[in-house]
Amino acid sequence: MAATAPTIPGTATPGTIPPVRRRRPRMGAYALLVPATVLIAVALGYPLVRQFRISFQEYGLKQQFGAAPEWVGLQNYTDLLSDSYVWTVIARSIAFCLVNAAVTMLIGVALAVLMQRVGRGARITLQVSLLLAWGTPVLASMTVWQWLFDTQNGVINWTLANVFGLDSWAHHSWIIQPLSFFFVATVIVVWMSVPFVAFSVYAGLLQVPEETMEAAQLDGASPRQRFWGITIPMIRPVLSIVLLLQVIWDLKVFTQIYTLQRAGAPTRDTNLLGTLIYSYSKDFGTAGALATIMLVITLALTGFYIRQMLKEDEL
Amino acid sequence: MSTISAPTTVGPAPTNVGPARLRAAKTSEAGRSQSRMSRRLLSALAVVVALAWVFPIYWMVNSAFQPLNKLQAENPAWLPIGGTISNIRRVINDGTFWQAMRTSLAVVVLVLVAALIFAFLAALAVSRFRFRGRKSFILAILVVQMIPAEGLFISQYQVLDGWGLVNKVAGLALVYTAAILPFTIWMLRGFVAGVPIELEEAGMVDGLSRVGAFFRITFPLLAPGLVAAGVFGFLQAWNEYTLALVVMTDPAQRTLPLWLQSLVESNRATDWGVVMAGSAVIAIPVIAFFLLVQGRMTSGLVSGAVKG
Repeated sequence: MAATAPTIPGTATPGTIPPVRRRRPRMGAYALLVPATVLIAVALGYPLVRQFRISFQEYGLKQQFGAAPEWVGLQNYTDLLSDSYVWTVIARSIAFCLVNAAVTMLIGVALAVLMQRVGRGARITLQVSLLLAWGTPVLASMTVWQWLFDTQNGVINWTLANVFGLDSWAHHSWIIQPLSFFFVATVIVVWMSVPFVAFSVYAGLLQVPEETMEAAQLDGASPRQRFWGITIPMIRPVLSIVLLLQVIWDLKVFTQIYTLQRAGAPTRDTNLLGTLIYSYSKDFGTAGALATIMLVITLALTGFYIRQMLKEDEL
Repeated sequence: MSTISAPTTVGPAPTNVGPARLRAAKTSEAGRSQSRMSRRLLSALAVVVALAWVFPIYWMVNSAFQPLNKLQAENPAWLPIGGTISNIRRVINDGTFWQAMRTSLAVVVLVLVAALIFAFLAALAVSRFRFRGRKSFILAILVVQMIPAEGLFISQYQVLDGWGLVNKVAGLALVYTAAILPFTIWMLRGFVAGVPIELEEAGMVDGLSRVGAFFRITFPLLAPGLVAAGVFGFLQAWNEYTLALVVMTDPAQRTLPLWLQSLVESNRATDWGVVMAGSAVIAIPVIAFFLLVQGRMTSGLVSGAVKG
């Protein structure tokens, strides 16, 4: 599910140890953890293990009607990785993920800084508007954006043709060409994701102590120096976790791509990893292998980062 | 697209003050009006961005009230003047809408009850007790959130299928609960840690039992945290699409997002008014709810992080 939230781990005050309860037996704590642990193990852990196992099996239609799954070793992986189309999709997914994460971060941070620098009225206007976008259900957003980009009566085509005088755009079909399909997808994903980034970063900015900034000002640091030299390093923990989450979410993006494809885009040219896995839903072995590959890619993109974060974080 | 033109504001607008020493900090009249000017410009920019960002939502509501002939007219109708409520009426007179509403509500209630109770117990454990494995548990909570759970949907489907839980509210609620539990625990942990144990101990000195002290003193102070976590869970379960698509294959068991997608597919290019009415009917309660409690939620997120 796509909305974990800003956890700002680096800001944990070092040295706070949870209070010790002396009189209770230790088992009490474990007992409290049991329900949550069991539920996560059953609904997340077990499917994960199972997916990994099945990725080494032939598990197609025959097996779904009762035949025993057949162990095929790395067959599913070699089949996938020797298919140049799969590589295209992987490359496309990574590119989409990085572009979206970068654009979202840039706009999100810019808006956070903007919130800090404007008057109360303008700030609240901006915040309410971002909250509205944040709170809108994904599917509702998707339908609105499809309507905005609609070929016949979409307001975007109308604006391009009538306000900017670009008549050739009057009945432009946005999702037929892969490149413009991904442009539309990016606009939508960024529109949805920026509020989360902006609010998290804004919360981080508020934690930068006033005194530090004043001291730097007295020492002759220019606003620009103060921003890059003090603000950015101080909110780095927030920035890293938010960026991390963006990369993870944008890599596994599914709903937006899927609904746009259903709107009539050529599936093969617009598949990303999520929709490609979905398209193998009759062949569990291949789907499992591809999902595992996706997990590996995620870890490759984020692993170093997570390690770094855990090192710095005081749990 | 005006909505994506914002990166030009990255970094502060240069306020040519230069290296400001203490003496220079006594701003001259000119410098002051200069910064007031740039502040005003930035405010204008903020309002423009706000309008651009909110436009799709405005357009959803506006179109929901437009009759078909205006939606297909040469020029867009910018205001819902002379609008119609027939689109909205068509949506709420549709039996499948209410069926989906019932399913969604059932899933949400189950998810909230399970997630809040389980997360609360776990948060209590990690923030009130020290035990072997505590750190590993918190670490696991963080790492689980990093797993691209959406890559798992096929596998989750199979598991639910094996237990006869496909097309069942309980099945969908199970995978939703597992998906939101880690974050809910993380969030509540901050709230529990935020209530000093000394308060409870003082209550016990005054003659309350341990359990009594907890329920009389700590629990009421946790209410905002529970509300925040509840809102988070509500939004997730109400809005989620992917898992619902995989698990609820029977049209009679659709949740609201699935219902909306089917509405789009049967009305695309024919009647966007009805589609927008459907979107608005689903979105507006959520948006209102979200606006109402978001202040609490953000403070919850931050406190979850700050308090160990």
